[in-house]
Amino acid sequence: MSAIVEAPEPKKLTKKMLTADHPTWCPGCGDFAVLAAFFKVLEKLQIPHEKICTIAGIGCSSRFPYFVNGHGIHYIHGRALPLASGVSLSRPDLHVFAFGGDGDGYSIGGNHLDHAARKNVNLTYVVMDNFVYGLTKKQTSPTSPVGYKSKTDPMGAVDQPINPMTKLVNGGATFVARTHATQVKHMMEVFQRAIEHPGFSVVEVLSECIIFYPGAFDEGNPRKGGEFNLIEEKQWDDTPEDEARHDVTNKSDAYAIACEEFPGRFGVFLEHDRPTKNQLEQRWIDSSMEKVGDATPKDLIAQRFEGMK
Amino acid sequence: MSSTATPASPENTDASASGSDDSSDRELQNAVIRFAGNSQDGIQSIGAFLAKLAGRSAREVMTYMTIPSTIAGGPSIFQVHLGSGEVLSPGDEADFLFAFYQHSYDDHLNSLKDGGICIYDTDHVEEVKKDERGILHVGLPITSITVEAIGGSARDRGKNIMVLGLVAQIFQLSREKLSTLIEKQFGRKGEGVFRNAMLAFDAGYAYAVGDLLSGDFDLKEGTGAKEGKMTTDGNTALTYGLLAGGVRYGAGYPITPWSSIMELLRSELPKYGGLFVQAEDELAAVSLAMGMSFAGHLAITGSSGPGLSLKMEALSYATMAELPLIIVNVQRGGPSTGLPTSVEQSDLMQAIYGSHGDSPRIVIAPRNVEDCFYVAVEACELAKKYSCPVIILTDQALATRIEAFKEPDLDSIVVEVKPDLSERPADWSPYPIDGATVHAPPGSPMAGGKYPVVTGLEHDEWGHPSGSPEVHSKMNARRREKIKKVADNIPLPKVCGEESGDTLIVGWGSTWGPIREATLRAQEKGLSVSSIHIRHVHPLANGLETIFDNFKDIVVVEMNDEGLYGNGQLATLLRARYCNPNIRSVCKTDGLNFKIKEILAGIDAGATATS
Repeated sequence: MSAIVEAPEPKKLTKKMLTADHPTWCPGCGDFAVLAAFFKVLEKLQIPHEKICTIAGIGCSSRFPYFVNGHGIHYIHGRALPLASGVSLSRPDLHVFAFGGDGDGYSIGGNHLDHAARKNVNLTYVVMDNFVYGLTKKQTSPTSPVGYKSKTDPMGAVDQPINPMTKLVNGGATFVARTHATQVKHMMEVFQRAIEHPGFSVVEVLSECIIFYPGAFDEGNPRKGGEFNLIEEKQWDDTPEDEARHDVTNKSDAYAIACEEFPGRFGVFLEHDRPTKNQLEQRWIDSSMEKVGDATPKDLIAQRFEGMK
Repeated sequence: MSSTATPASPENTDASASGSDDSSDRELQNAVIRFAGNSQDGIQSIGAFLAKLAGRSAREVMTYMTIPSTIAGGPSIFQVHLGSGEVLSPGDEADFLFAFYQHSYDDHLNSLKDGGICIYDTDHVEEVKKDERGILHVGLPITSITVEAIGGSARDRGKNIMVLGLVAQIFQLSREKLSTLIEKQFGRKGEGVFRNAMLAFDAGYAYAVGDLLSGDFDLKEGTGAKEGKMTTDGNTALTYGLLAGGVRYGAGYPITPWSSIMELLRSELPKYGGLFVQAEDELAAVSLAMGMSFAGHLAITGSSGPGLSLKMEALSYATMAELPLIIVNVQRGGPSTGLPTSVEQSDLMQAIYGSHGDSPRIVIAPRNVEDCFYVAVEACELAKKYSCPVIILTDQALATRIEAFKEPDLDSIVVEVKPDLSERPADWSPYPIDGATVHAPPGSPMAGGKYPVVTGLEHDEWGHPSGSPEVHSKMNARRREKIKKVADNIPLPKVCGEESGDTLIVGWGSTWGPIREATLRAQEKGLSVSSIHIRHVHPLANGLETIFDNFKDIVVVEMNDEGLYGNGQLATLLRARYCNPNIRSVCKTDGLNFKIKEILAGIDAGATATS
């Protein structure tokens, strides 16, 4: 792709440098913890400040880019992933992060999730799933459980919810993880692995809407009497216990975990390498440019015009 | 021989001797030849060969084709208008018809002019109306001649090339030049293929059809420069215009008749170090392109009518965020799936006003195949300069038809556009109230330490979201004034004919040729008729009213419906803009290009009304 002039070495990235406007989220919203974890991971990884690019569609959590002091774009509802794909595919030098909620990602943008996953576009996508539409004030979301009472389902939701984990595993995402906004340390570990993964990495974060769906994720929160059960990953240490552990490269095992009853387990479901769309396209670009040799764009067009005579 | 000039007609053997020894030769300025068959017969390639030949013989050419919207098979035509003078339309009526089947004959005999020549395949056409309108019928066993010539298992494949040989003989076209073109086309498919093609060609070329026509026709070569003319279709010309203008990234979704642009960009862009992405849908396509634009590139997306509708939300985002984006819309017959392979100009209002909110943007429309190239180049310049969406409104007729034109001067046109990742100063603002928008793509260091977030929310000059009534009014004005400023650099359209008079025909897009031809014809008849063509449909050039004021009757000719209030889409705009009651409409929506006689009839109707 086009040559990009490298910027000079930036100074050390700190949480303070990354902090922008104070979030407009409601006090107690799970998304605060997601933002804090994101800052800490960026600080740890020391990604050059100007190379950080946050992208979101529409929703409470999609306000994310405003709260990060970095290049960002707050786009239209449901289309954060195709926009992020355009950035990633045309600017391999950037670190592309997409943020959003369950409505943006699994409902209006549901089709794009499948396609970004199958194409394995190199970017990291964090979904703050709260099982409800918050910004528009309590309508049923694609992940609201059956029976959930909302303004659009006053008698309780009747439609079977989407299981994001089976959707993601099935869609072809090469890194799929699940965490809980109350478990900051776990969230940070998972974020770091997602960012370091080459390809399309997705982290589903259960992030409570304390206004419209309080207590939605208590079953996964030990402090609220629930259980935060982790996926034990294979250590490849030849021990008998390792037999029972999860092989993160095994798609059908990941699918089986994804099918477990709520609150299910947390951690990395799937992590395997497959060439990214970025790499595959770059391969074609490189071989095309090699064939072209020293010809300038003007030469290339002139050659074509010659053939039209 | 066509409608433009008044040279010899074929049935009139003693007219206009060419000066050659063969007194039966008749010299022609123009010829309209229609080939009618099925889509798998390769009749398009006969047309393509003739068009290329025309470009190499300094002849003018314009083609017109129909393709069925089925996947394979079905009736198809290709019409070629060749001329040594100016060729402005595909031709109202054909001088020659080549009918491959009974249905081709039955459906297209009425496209021939009175006294025209119909050559039909006696292997397939059994019933002919020999005494109709003085048409000369010539029956040839086209299929059997081809089968005999090639032999083997080719069956009747190659009869298109046989007919090309026939045409070459009838019109005294250069066998040498045509065989070079055939070799160029088939040579790389193997020697056998090229040999069979030449066997078929020569079978036609040697067939003594001249006796049946009582002589051949000499289609004169043009007198213009023989070098540098190229022949191609509108979509191809437009694609290379985009490449010349600096487009290196884009995304799209397949839809007829836009797809050939995305296919060509997909295979060409990697050679330029760029990339075109096939998206999962129209919404993703425009969003990918927007992402590329946000990333600092000059990016393009495109579609046809229904797809443009799907992109509308994103287009108003581009206006709001002030990101440069080029959108190609290859118009086709609507509404809905409509007539996917026919021409119409019914997306003008959609292109200008199709999004929610007040979202001004630039819309330009090419007038012919050559102009597709230049309009694309201009769209690139405008998108960069004004940092806004620019819609190129082309159409199905331009997309598929072939014309010959002078090779563009690439030295003065081709540019490279790279993302500007320079450090932005501490006082940088993306939307200065009095200045041009300059987006800072990700990767640009910010000297002040504060990074921008591009947003679709209303925002102030620093890009900060704001719901203030004052800010919204001010920023709406900023986006409006920015587009109004574009008009300052748009030249007034040239008037074809006198600067004042009775009638002014106004057109936009692909109606340019037929309107110009109709204007010239009316002027020949001594009528006071002039015409202008509007290339920049939004914003309009400043001062158009000074042209309108000099005419009594202003007739806007366009291929869309007259609507509820009796005016086509451009006419509606012009009436609203200039409050000139003399502006009226001549509209049609039959999915076909305007015929010269239809335009002339439209002017007459006005003359009757105003007299």
